[in-house]
Amino acid sequence: MMNITSGPPDPHPHAVRAEALTVVRGPRTVLRGLGFTVPRGRITGLLGPSGCGKSTLMRAITGTQAKVGGTLEILGLPAGHATLRSRIGYVTQAPSVYDDLTVRQNLEYFAAVLDPGRAAAERRRDHVGRAIADVDLTAHADALAGNLSGGQRSRVSLAVALLGAPELLVLDEPTVGLDPVLRRDLWNLFHHIADTRGATLLVSSHVMDEAERCHRLLLMREGEILADDTPEALRSRTGADTVEAAFLHLVDEAVAAGRAKETAR
Amino acid sequence: MTTTTAPTAPRALSAARTTATAARVLRQLRHDPRTIALMLLVPCLMLILLRYVFDGSPHTFDTIGASLLGVFPLITMFLVTSIATLRERTSGTLERLLAMPLGKGDLIAGYALAFGALAIVQSALATGLALWLLGLDVTGSAWLLLLVALLDALLGTALGLFVSAFAASEFQAVQFMPAVIFPQLLLCGLFTPRPDMHPALEAISDVLPMSYAVDAMNEVLRHTDVTTTFVRDVLIVAGCALLVLGLGAVTLRRRTP
Ligand SMILES: Nc1ncnc2c1ncn2[C@@H]1O[C@H](COP(=O)(O)OP(=O)(O)OP(=O)(O)O)[C@@H](O)[C@H]1O
Ligand SMILES: [Mg+2]
Repeated sequence: MMNITSGPPDPHPHAVRAEALTVVRGPRTVLRGLGFTVPRGRITGLLGPSGCGKSTLMRAITGTQAKVGGTLEILGLPAGHATLRSRIGYVTQAPSVYDDLTVRQNLEYFAAVLDPGRAAAERRRDHVGRAIADVDLTAHADALAGNLSGGQRSRVSLAVALLGAPELLVLDEPTVGLDPVLRRDLWNLFHHIADTRGATLLVSSHVMDEAERCHRLLLMREGEILADDTPEALRSRTGADTVEAAFLHLVDEAVAAGRAKETAR
Repeated sequence: MTTTTAPTAPRALSAARTTATAARVLRQLRHDPRTIALMLLVPCLMLILLRYVFDGSPHTFDTIGASLLGVFPLITMFLVTSIATLRERTSGTLERLLAMPLGKGDLIAGYALAFGALAIVQSALATGLALWLLGLDVTGSAWLLLLVALLDALLGTALGLFVSAFAASEFQAVQFMPAVIFPQLLLCGLFTPRPDMHPALEAISDVLPMSYAVDAMNEVLRHTDVTTTFVRDVLIVAGCALLVLGLGAVTLRRRTP
């Protein structure tokens, strides 16, 4: 509830706010006039078929995508603002770690980039140890990243993004190729991070049963937002039992609408 | 303040981030001892080879040997840097780093620092071998040879960083070596004194940095003290290295298509 004594309301209630967001990659317009918000302190799932523009949207949010048009505000600042770089944790779709360094050496380097200086060495060691434990790689901390399995490498990549307690975590398919037990553990970790640190998570996924674990969902198709709602609302709106069925229903609807428009011409 | 990272804009160059980057590059190399061995031993083996190719004419060995002491670090550092940064690009770690509070200058300076340190070891080995075991006859000080070799290594690192921005694959990166290095090698005065070349080629060689690197080596070869020509040569090579390092930072884009 609103507390009048706590001062003015937060001027930036959204972690991400997009308006008429357009991205051009090569000859194609990949994102077409998106408008949506991502609430703070919640887990928002970004779902959609392969090639619909999930990674492109995440790159735009982290300020690594060129040719971004429209409005895109992250934590109240324009995307790509220099001060955002230490406040966002980003996991690219392909694990981006140094194969010729050990897990710990990888994390130590990225921690030194986030929190440099000799005075911070102690704190960095704690953070590195905690991040490795968070992704359950303590037993492999001194193995070369290149010698790890695919799922282990993507967890190293995830651990890097957890360093420094970022306010916004942008995770591009962090659970791909992981077994059910590990997936459950990671989703528990995501909820723990959102609940205890108040961090905002934007997680893309192909796996629809993971959608049920998000607070909110953004469903995308061909560079447009199909739906922006809670999983429950989506299910009840479409009369479907699962988010997967709801999504398929919405896609069929969109396809039919598209066809109707074409035949009308 | 209890938060770990204050949300301030990163400065253009941070000493701590630069040294952390240099240490990381060296750590990566340490896991690859074969590359280190090749970098350190190949120049020595080439010098030994050269020494016995010119067994009958020790004076030729003096001039070519001294010039090569400047050329080796340039070529090896060029190759190693262009491949290392290309790998950084293709592995996605560059995208990740540039989404983090790392200045472009930190990254470039980190690479220059790491490969510069390696170049010191490489040049010390090659120079020591040439002077004391192969009997290279140099009039000036060995320290000056080492200084030029180090600047050449920096120039090689700078060129490698710069060129890797234009290479989309390892194949292209390797092809930049003949494209960027060979013309300089042919025109730097290693094969014929530059004044003997066709005037057009001499004019071109006047604007190629390797010409001044070889010139500087030859100055040390012939003079006991530091000549003004040597100072000019060294300043030109250092200036070129800094200029190209700056260009490398400019070609590094945080936002990519
Ligand atoms: N470097 C690029 N240059 C030009 N077009 C690109 C580039 N990368 C991606 N695209 C195009 O942009 C569109 C969206 O790509 P994106 O990677 O964002 O999809 P995605 O939703 O993340 O797919 P997936 O689920 O398979 O990862 C695709 O149609 C793709 O062809
Ligand atoms: Mg993707």
